[in-house]
Order: sequence, then structure tokens, then C-alpha cells
Amino acid sequence: MEALFFNANTGFLEAIVRGYKAGILTQSQYANLTQCETLEDFRTQLSATDYGNFLANEPLPISTSTIADKATEVLVEQFKYLRTNAVEPLRKFLDYITYGYMIDNVILLITGTLHERDTHELVKRCHPLGVFDSMPVLCVATNVEELYQSVLIETPIAPYFRECLTASDLDDLNIEIIRNTLYKAYLEDFYNFATTLGSPTSEVMHRILAFEADRRTINITINSFGTELSKELRAKLFPAIGRLFPEGNNQLAKADDIDQVRQICENVSEYRSFFSETPAGASSSGDDFGAMAAQLEDHFFQTEVDLNKQAFLQQFQYGVFYSYMKLKEQEIRNLTWIAECIAQDAKDRIQDFIPIF
Amino acid sequence: MGYGYYSYGLPVFLAAVVALYLLFTGSGEAFNVGRFLEETSPYAWAGTGIGLCIGLSVLGAGWGILVTGSSILGGGVRSPRITTKNLISIIFCEVVAIYGVIIGIVYTAKLQVVPENLLYTPENYFTGYALFWGGLTVGTCNLLCGVAVGITGSTAALADAADPNLFVKILVVEVFGSIMGLFGLIVGLLMVSSAADFSAAGAASAVVSPYVH
Repeated sequence: MEALFFNANTGFLEAIVRGYKAGILTQSQYANLTQCETLEDFRTQLSATDYGNFLANEPLPISTSTIADKATEVLVEQFKYLRTNAVEPLRKFLDYITYGYMIDNVILLITGTLHERDTHELVKRCHPLGVFDSMPVLCVATNVEELYQSVLIETPIAPYFRECLTASDLDDLNIEIIRNTLYKAYLEDFYNFATTLGSPTSEVMHRILAFEADRRTINITINSFGTELSKELRAKLFPAIGRLFPEGNNQLAKADDIDQVRQICENVSEYRSFFSETPAGASSSGDDFGAMAAQLEDHFFQTEVDLNKQAFLQQFQYGVFYSYMKLKEQEIRNLTWIAECIAQDAKDRIQDFIPIF
Repeated sequence: MGYGYYSYGLPVFLAAVVALYLLFTGSGEAFNVGRFLEETSPYAWAGTGIGLCIGLSVLGAGWGILVTGSSILGGGVRSPRITTKNLISIIFCEVVAIYGVIIGIVYTAKLQVVPENLLYTPENYFTGYALFWGGLTVGTCNLLCGVAVGITGSTAALADAADPNLFVKILVVEVFGSIMGLFGLIVGLLMVSSAADFSAAGAASAVVSPYVH
């Protein structure tokens, strides 16, 4: 039934997004890029892709951060085109995508202010999709209450602060707690919004957001081993969506080491293989922990890319917009990795990126 | 849930009120289907049928063109090569409207002027009903066919933009979809094949029922 009315408002933009997706780099293009000797070769190879001459005006020598920034600019231009041409409810859906970046920017500004960095430099480092009008004012805040009353109450992410106004002073641990609380509220809000959009958008987005929630739950659990984060506080940071909710979340809140985490995740068949590829005779020693954590990250990224690719298999739904943004971000991470390996002459690890198509 | 209550409950309630009013005031026989069928002019049936035929056909064609056209335009931004080939989807949708026009012309040829006192013959009743139901059949078939071809055409355009080999394969699906409009055309022609033009009755005062003046 969605096919009858979807194209009237969103047909053009969906086709545009699928056109953008066709420009995502493929395995053969990555093969060419990994064989480049210098960053100038890298730039020449990229000019034959959909990126075109985006680095044409950069003076030599190019730095990898410039490559990342310029590639992000390309993505931002594409997103802005989509957002300008969108009507409700796609407009609101695209706004929800930007809230994630807004949360990152807010946390970046607060952290930077705590460490007494220059405000202009901080504002320049913010993600362009997450800017809101009163951003520079954030730099003068000292506690969350003041922050909220003066600035954040006008932003769209104001409702997410309800849970964390109790953190009265800002230090490094508290800022991470604030970030995770905000992101939890954001994920749950996005999930509920996707439900109101109806099938098939809701089906596609639920799958993707559920995995995102599980990933954050597992990461928060593993990162909190050995810190002063109490178990009650840890439990409050887990989003109330996903396959691990509610049983897995309860158990993870009480977990003490990574073997328990693995046992809990065995209940979900998709996550069983994330922990299974450990070296022979593994125990929770320091080295294995690091190796397992790195592998886990890789598995998470790979699963995220797979879920986002699957979103394109269905037509007449909004999930393609979200998935395109995530896939393009992964591509920018890949390009940055390859550029770094070329710049630092570390060719042995150059294949450690996640190919998409 | 409230939407369902208002859109389904209110008309049912009103119909029940009217029916019970007629029943309890002793004029229950005012609701007389037979009288309605006999006293409605065959021209009304014929005109409604032709109007529905062309109206629903054009609705289906337009709907299909909107669904597929927006995808072709968007896909053509990055892959301009698809724009010419995918016009065939638009043509398939348009053909559906042409079927409606053909049937409209064929049916209209049966409309002749007959004075009212000579109009109500069994043959004219039959022609009126045949044109109504034939027109409704053709119109509905074309509506659904146009929508089906439009949705498939949209997918064909996007698939073609991604990989040129896919276009002909999805076109086969579209062809099967457009055959449905042809079925509607054939059935519509069959339905009126034995319906004569509107013609005057033989005798001057052929009153066919006590209700018709």
C-alpha cells in the first residue's frame, strides 16, 4: 500500500539517494586506491570516482585530515540537498538523523570548554550537520542545569536532557555518562518515531536501530569494566530497545568480565559469532582482551554495513536515507584509513578497512 | 481508532435512522429497489458508465505516470542514459488511458435521442445497464492496471539506473501487468456486444410499469 502514495512526495528524492549510493566506492576502486604510493596518486584515483575534483584546490602536501574534511563536506552537501527538497514526514526523518550529530557536537563543546580550549577552534571542529544556532554560547557553561536553561532548551535535543540533569558537575566520567544518556534517549525517540511512520520504514529502521542499541549496550558494558561506574548507573545507560532488551540488558548490567558478556550474547544467534573467533586457549588476559575488543569492533562495523546495505533492497521507504548516510560515513572512515596508511608507509595494514560493495 | 468510528460508524448510523423512520411512520414501502430500477432513465445508467470508464482509466494512467515519472526523473540525475529507455513505462501507462477512450467512443456510439414516452423498453433498459457495468468494468481494470504498471515502472527505472542489464527483465513484469488493461477492454466490448443502440418503442404508449409516467 505504501507504493501507491510514496512517490508523490518522495519518489524523486529516493531515486536521488539511490543514485548517490551507486557512487559509493566498490572493491575494485578500493583495490586501485590501496596501490597508490603517494597521496597525490590517491587524489588522482579519487578524481575518477564520484568524488571528482573535491581535492583539486588543496595545496600540496595534502594531509589526511583535509581528505576526511573534504569528503565529509561532499556528504554534507548531498544531505543538505535532500533535506531542502524534503517535505513532511521525510523532513522530520532527516532531522532525526542530524540529532545524533548534534549530541556529538554538544559533548565536544562541553569537553573542550572543560579543558579550556579556544571556542572558535572547537566550533570549527563540530560536525556541520549537527550545528544549531546557539552553539558558541555553550562554551561558557559550567554545569548542566545552566547549560540546559540558557541554550539547549531551544534545540531539538532538549527532551533528551531530562534524564541527565541530575549530573550537577562536569568532569570527564560524567560527560561520558551525559553522552550515553543523551544517545539512549535519542535512539528510543527515533525508534518510536519510526514506528509512527508505519511499515515498511518502521521494519527497516527497527532492525537497524535495534542493532545500534545492542552495540552500544555491549560497548558500554565492556568499557565500564575496571572503572568506577556503578552497576546501577551502567544499567541506566542501556537503551530500552534491541534484541538484548530486556533480559540481556539486565544480565549485562550485572556482568563483571568479558566471558560473562560472551555467554549473555550467545542467546542472540546473530551476536554469537562476534565473540567466537578468539585465539586458541583464550583467557581474559590483557592481550587477548585487546585483541577480542578490536575484533568485536570489526564485527560490529561489518554487521552495521550489512544491515545498511539490506535497507536498499526495499523500495518506498525512508530507511534508504539513513542507510546511505551511515554507509558514506563508513566510506569516509575507510578513505581516511587508507590515506593514513599511505602517508605513514604502513602498507601491511592497508587492507584493514570494511569494504561496502 | 477515532477515524474508523467517524468514517464507518456515522454513515451506518444515519442510514439506520432513515430506515427506522420510514419503517415506523408507515412508509416503509417507499424504499423500493424495483421502482428505482424501473424509473431511472437508461440514459443515466449509460452516461454514468461512460463517465466512470474514461474517468477511472485516466485516474489509473495518471497515477501510474506519477509513480514512475518521479523515479525516472530522480534516477536520471546520476544516470541520464535511463531517461529515454524508461519512457516505455510511461507509454504503457498511457496505453491504459487510450483503452478507456476507445471504450468511451464505442459506448457513446450507442447513445441516440429517444423521446421519453418511448424510452422505457426492455432493450433500452438492457443497453443502459450494459453500458453502466461495462464502463465500470473497464474503468476499474484500467485503474488497477495503470497503478500496477506505474509501480513496476518505478522499480524498473531504479534498477536500470543501478545496473543496465536488469531493465529488460523487469520490463517483462510490466508487460504482464499491462495485459490486464487489455483484458478489461475485451470484456467491456463483450458485455455490450448484444446491446442495441437506444431506439424508440414500437407502440406510442408503451408503459412498462405503473410507476413510470
